[in-house]
Amino acid sequence: MAPRTRAFRVAGVVAAAALALSGCGTSGGSGSSPSAQATKTEIGAGEGQLSILGWPGYVEDGSNDPAVDWVHPFEKETQCKVSFKPFGTSDEAVTLMRTGQYDVVSASGDASLRLVAGQDVQPVNMSLLKNYPDIYPFLKDKAWNTVNGVNYGMPHGWGANLLMYSTDKVTPAPTSWSAVFDDAAKHAGKVTAYDSPIYIADAAVYLMAHKPELNIKNPYALDKDQLAAAVDLLKQQRTHIGEYWSDVVKEVQAFTSGSTVVGTTWQVGANIAAADGAKVATLVPDEGATGWSDTWMIGSKTKNPNCAYKWLDYIASPKVNAQVAEYFGESPANAKSCELTKDPNHCQTYHSGDEAYAKKIWYWTTPVADCLDGRKDVKCTDYSEWTKSWTEIKG
Amino acid sequence: MTAVPRAKANAFSALLHRSPRLRLAALLTAPAGWLVLVYIAALAALLVTAFWTVDTYTGQVSTVWTTENIVTVLTDPVYQRITLRTLWIAVAVTVIDMILALPIAFFIAKVASARWEKLLVVAVLMPLWASYLVKAYAWRNVLAEGGLLEWLGAPIGLSSPGYGETAVILTLSYIWLPYMILPIYAGFDRVPDSLLEASGDLGAKPLTTMRLVMLPLLVPSIIAGTIFTFSLSLGDYITAQIVGGTTQMLGTVVYANVGAANNLPFAAAVSLVPIAIIMFYLFIVRRTGALNNL
Amino acid sequence: MRLSRGAKAVLGAITALVLLFIYTPLLLVVVNSFNADRTFGWPPKGFTLEWWGKAFDSPGVREAVISSLWVAVVSTIISLLLGTLLALSLQRYAFFGRDVINLLVILPIALPGVVTGIALNNMFTTILGVPLSLWTVVIAHATFCMVTVFNNVIARLRRMSGGLEEASADLGAGVFTTFNLVTFPQLRSALLAGGLLAFALSFDEIIVTTFTIGAGETTLPIWILQNLFRPNQAPVVNVVAVVLIVVSIVPIWLAQRLSGDSVRVSQARVKAPVR
Repeated sequence: MAPRTRAFRVAGVVAAAALALSGCGTSGGSGSSPSAQATKTEIGAGEGQLSILGWPGYVEDGSNDPAVDWVHPFEKETQCKVSFKPFGTSDEAVTLMRTGQYDVVSASGDASLRLVAGQDVQPVNMSLLKNYPDIYPFLKDKAWNTVNGVNYGMPHGWGANLLMYSTDKVTPAPTSWSAVFDDAAKHAGKVTAYDSPIYIADAAVYLMAHKPELNIKNPYALDKDQLAAAVDLLKQQRTHIGEYWSDVVKEVQAFTSGSTVVGTTWQVGANIAAADGAKVATLVPDEGATGWSDTWMIGSKTKNPNCAYKWLDYIASPKVNAQVAEYFGESPANAKSCELTKDPNHCQTYHSGDEAYAKKIWYWTTPVADCLDGRKDVKCTDYSEWTKSWTEIKG
Repeated sequence: MTAVPRAKANAFSALLHRSPRLRLAALLTAPAGWLVLVYIAALAALLVTAFWTVDTYTGQVSTVWTTENIVTVLTDPVYQRITLRTLWIAVAVTVIDMILALPIAFFIAKVASARWEKLLVVAVLMPLWASYLVKAYAWRNVLAEGGLLEWLGAPIGLSSPGYGETAVILTLSYIWLPYMILPIYAGFDRVPDSLLEASGDLGAKPLTTMRLVMLPLLVPSIIAGTIFTFSLSLGDYITAQIVGGTTQMLGTVVYANVGAANNLPFAAAVSLVPIAIIMFYLFIVRRTGALNNL
Repeated sequence: MRLSRGAKAVLGAITALVLLFIYTPLLLVVVNSFNADRTFGWPPKGFTLEWWGKAFDSPGVREAVISSLWVAVVSTIISLLLGTLLALSLQRYAFFGRDVINLLVILPIALPGVVTGIALNNMFTTILGVPLSLWTVVIAHATFCMVTVFNNVIARLRRMSGGLEEASADLGAGVFTTFNLVTFPQLRSALLAGGLLAFALSFDEIIVTTFTIGAGETTLPIWILQNLFRPNQAPVVNVVAVVLIVVSIVPIWLAQRLSGDSVRVSQARVKAPVR
């Protein structure tokens, strides 16, 4: 056979194979909608293992600080052996949860609804969890953990994204987010910011106070012009940024070594930095802040539902919730935890029972095209546009 | 003389001996089958994914064929900038490693005594075993403010370039250096000393010998070394994460789109760029015989 | 070619400088494994053996090392088999598609790891629907380790004369006997060198492994990546790195001796001193 004909034959076979493969290359079906009711009626015996996907600091087993451990008591009590995977951003959480390899996830508001929409989590029968009645009422049945009246998880603590600065390098102490936006040039090369498209909302919060003519009412409801303004602000900020962070421990290392002096963080980052001898302080600046209100959710494909339910109940129990809230630096979800914190003023510092304060925080939510501030005359930008913008900002 | 053991009569062996085609098939099926079924199939599937899209809200993949992703990657200025930046870093790393590797490889192969040669090769190979991550992190410490570089460079007023493109180029040059030294050393080793002696006997100065006799013989090995450093740098994202500061490379975009953004079709579209660049490079160096020297 | 003493001295100095450049960051790693400061401030203010103790006690490190060893050994065995078969078929027979296959075997190592990683991940999870585990890691590693064995074996095969095998056949040995008694002994050191390189590649691989490993498993590079920045674990990572470097001296020396000897045997080259 002439070499040319042979070559064409081979090419044809390869092409056919590729096309055939394309037929089976889809992930997860658009199958039947889930039963929108929790089907579990009782918590049985533990299955012996549980894989948890969580924010760093939520699932401590003593390896970071020997005195901080609530995993081993859980394992002893329930015989469910825990394996924990931390993630840095809600995007990572959603992607990892979609692999179906994790039983439980601590989802912030910008992850939870995507997980429900993607059928990656299942409805939870709250009546089986004995700590649920003690949860603060303003955390229950919220838009990010309840869909069409069906609950999807146990509320966890909530808190704000704070501004952290090195007290010996940044003087006078900052009071406004301008330290990382308009005044960032003062510390050029040593500013940090959260490496996720959701950070665009932080820029929007800043613009709400400093450019009221843009008429931004909700930092997650940005139309094209408002998004463009936020993107411009972030592009300017980019020129002064040393590193973006998604791993809070890496951010702490940068602060401790002095390569970063100011930027956003979670309280747990400041706690770890202080434990390492870094001189840092945190605050909620004048303009307000974005934040998170987390929910522990159960994977729809989990093979360990009993252990999963046990974890949800355990992590919301007064003593453990107090431990997590103190270690991470957030407000607990269980009202009874306030009496059990080591620092008697913990709940006051974090405004735990203060519903009015809680309302002021702009909790992470996934931006969608139907404007979250209720506007019907314009289309808002959705998360995929934010993601594109974020790549553009980072250059 | 001892009796030579007689091979046992074996019908299968006889069949194989008679039929070269059968022998070839027996040898080739397993490895070629593995490569095609495992690797080529995976690459083809990835290529196909580049033509799809994904709904980032629900994560559902839509298999409607569209060139949207590929067009974005090729025309959007952000991605063009990232591609050029990545290419620049890869080329810089390759050139730096070539400059560093040539003298040391020449010394080890041709100047050092046999005992020193062995020791030096081991000395060059040992760092390959130190974890890539640890080496990158060590550079993060070296380049930190008040770190080793500033401590050593204080007398001459040298300050750390900080975390950024320069740091990435420095660190990658460091990490891939052994991969460049080894093939070039092997190439030098293969140049017969008699050739060099003859050149000297004919009156050529050392530099002339190097230029007209050694270098042409070395080209395949040098190119083999460049294939490693070039392709390893083109796809790297971990070093960029550790010492790169805000630097985004092609690998970073691919990783972010697979991991955080859960947009495999777009990640596949972006990965077509380094694939195309490397296939092109492999194609043009095929003739030099470098592929036999990897 | 005659090099002046000055030229040789300059070359020696450059070599020394490059080696210094190569080893300084590694020395920093060694020093930091004793650094009392968890954040590795420079210069170190105090020294401690605490991290060395923690490293040897840590179950996480032990598990990671064992998994890495297992994966590396199995991948090396598979790539030894496949690489040798491939080298034999490509060197001895001319057939349509030989150049294509030559290119194919290089691709897994020439293309960026992130591309190989996402391609294999996509194939395993989406197309084949198999769960990720250490076995998927082994399959991935074997794929790109094949080329190191292939290159070593084919280089050796090119230097071997076919005469010995013909003689063996003439004496009545069958195909398999010839391979066992004639070909294989000549290939041994090439296999060992290629196998060692494949082992090293698999042991230190991080990028492809990240994409093909199951949720509950850890190899050593994955463990290091997870703990690189953690204040309590980062020093332990340094200890692990130092142990790896020290332990690696043995196989490297071994590989050097073997490939050096075999070169001498098959080339019978007289090294003319460069005066």
